[in-house]
Amino acid sequence: MTKKHNRQMHAKKYIIWAVLFAAGFLVCYPIFFLVIGSLMGQVELKEVLGPVLSGNGGYVNFPFMPLFPTLRNYVGVLMDSPEFFVMFWNSVKTTGAILLGQFLVSVPGAWGFARYDFPFKRMLFTLYILLMMMPFQVTMLSGYLVLDNIGLLDTLWAVILPAVFSTFPVFIMYQFFVGIPKAIIESARIDGAGELQIFLIFGLRLGAPGILSAMVLGFLEYWNLIEQPLTYLKDQSLWPLSLYLPNISLEQAGTAFAASLLTLIPALLVFLGGQEYLEQGIMAAAVKE
Amino acid sequence: MCVYNSNKRKNTFHGLFFILPSMVGVSVFILIPYLDVVRRSFAGAVSQTFTGVQNYITVLTNPAFRLACKNTVRFAAVCIPLLIVLSLAIAVFLQRQGPWGQRLKSVYLIPMAIPAASVVLIWKLVFDRHGLLNGILSGLHVNTMDWMNTGAAFWVLVFSYIWKNLGYDVILWIAGLGTISENIYEAARVDGAGEWNLFLRITMPNLLPSLYTISVLSFLNSFKVFREAYLVAGDYPNDSMYLLQHLYNNWFRDLSMDKMAAGAVLMTVVVSLLVLLLEKAWGKDIE
Repeated sequence: MTKKHNRQMHAKKYIIWAVLFAAGFLVCYPIFFLVIGSLMGQVELKEVLGPVLSGNGGYVNFPFMPLFPTLRNYVGVLMDSPEFFVMFWNSVKTTGAILLGQFLVSVPGAWGFARYDFPFKRMLFTLYILLMMMPFQVTMLSGYLVLDNIGLLDTLWAVILPAVFSTFPVFIMYQFFVGIPKAIIESARIDGAGELQIFLIFGLRLGAPGILSAMVLGFLEYWNLIEQPLTYLKDQSLWPLSLYLPNISLEQAGTAFAASLLTLIPALLVFLGGQEYLEQGIMAAAVKE
Repeated sequence: MCVYNSNKRKNTFHGLFFILPSMVGVSVFILIPYLDVVRRSFAGAVSQTFTGVQNYITVLTNPAFRLACKNTVRFAAVCIPLLIVLSLAIAVFLQRQGPWGQRLKSVYLIPMAIPAASVVLIWKLVFDRHGLLNGILSGLHVNTMDWMNTGAAFWVLVFSYIWKNLGYDVILWIAGLGTISENIYEAARVDGAGEWNLFLRITMPNLLPSLYTISVLSFLNSFKVFREAYLVAGDYPNDSMYLLQHLYNNWFRDLSMDKMAAGAVLMTVVVSLLVLLLEKAWGKDIE
């Protein structure tokens, strides 16, 4: 290869890097945006957002730094808006209950599919995959009918219970459980371990990455629930944060910024802490069974 | 023989024991009520008597349904190929770039963690008539537009879908790329094949199985843009981004059970068919 050619290759590579980094910045910009906005004082926000608020002349010109950073907005959200706490607590309760329920139901379910043979297993598993692929709109009405029948509409259970029986975590964990070597299980059996014991000791321990993957994916999904609470909860005091935020008017932009960031933080922490499992979980869905 | 049979029965018993809670829940909350919906789709809303395919005719001739269908199909047809090509290009490049490639890959994944509710505020301020984007455009002396209230709303939706799913698809492609053995490339390089040739002759054919799963997953994720769309623009957004999800939501609010039932069944059929067809189409090429 000639020197000139080599130099060209390098230049090309740098350009690609530059574009990719710029895209990376753009992708994360919403987070910076929220941080900056939440630290602005009321006066500054009014001025910056003026064009959108008043609707006449000029454009929003968002600075890279607030002029006079202040934590006022956070104080406002945390001290003076009790509804924020109610909704935050609703989100925590809903997400927590769903993940706990999924753990109790889907982990054994995935174990059953992965380690045992029974009649119609293939058919049943295909049905699970098909169910996991259906958009919410398909089961929207049927969910409503059954929840209405057992009188759970307008309670948090209306959001929790159908999600607990989602087949998606079963599918994800199945991919991990199948990979546990048969020899380990067989030798435990020969040593006289019972099936439940094998599940509790080997399944939970060796399948832990799979369980965590499903939980991380689940958290990000359920912290962000929109359709289900919107459909099944009329009582606004039961709403999760995800439905509360858009209702804060732009007049209270400071509150909206701070509340948006506070909603983002738990999801971001789970993302940073569980990133490895998140990536494994995403890949598990792509493995051809 | 006898031992084998009792073993088999034990196996069945244990397996069923483990999946029983899941199966009961799925039946009670999803399957049985869904069968009821299928029944309702053939019945009158009030009378509950058998009306044949009347509900389906009502739905299929409904102008709102046609508009929503057209938009949903157009949305999928535009954004899925775009996302797939873009994420593949990034994955191919990042795969061999060591730690910085890894880091950048994680950065692209961050939008997965950002709740739709948190970005609503930003979307409102960026895409407003007097918003950030128009500010930048007017600074560059490019024509500004009212993004959310014109046909441009469709492209805002495409952008938010790509933003949300880019990292997800990059990860999937990198997983697919990782299954291709480096030896094949080495051998081809020795034979004097150029990088572009390597990509066309080795990378592409080997990625076909991944292409199937990635297409399906991208398609399924495309239904979730409703979250952003709904939170930013409400029940009745600009016509260009009025999706099936909006329509179902509005039917639900009006308690049009008959239309919803027929709509749900239609959607089930279309989604199942698409997934199966794609599998068939890619399956042939793989063999």
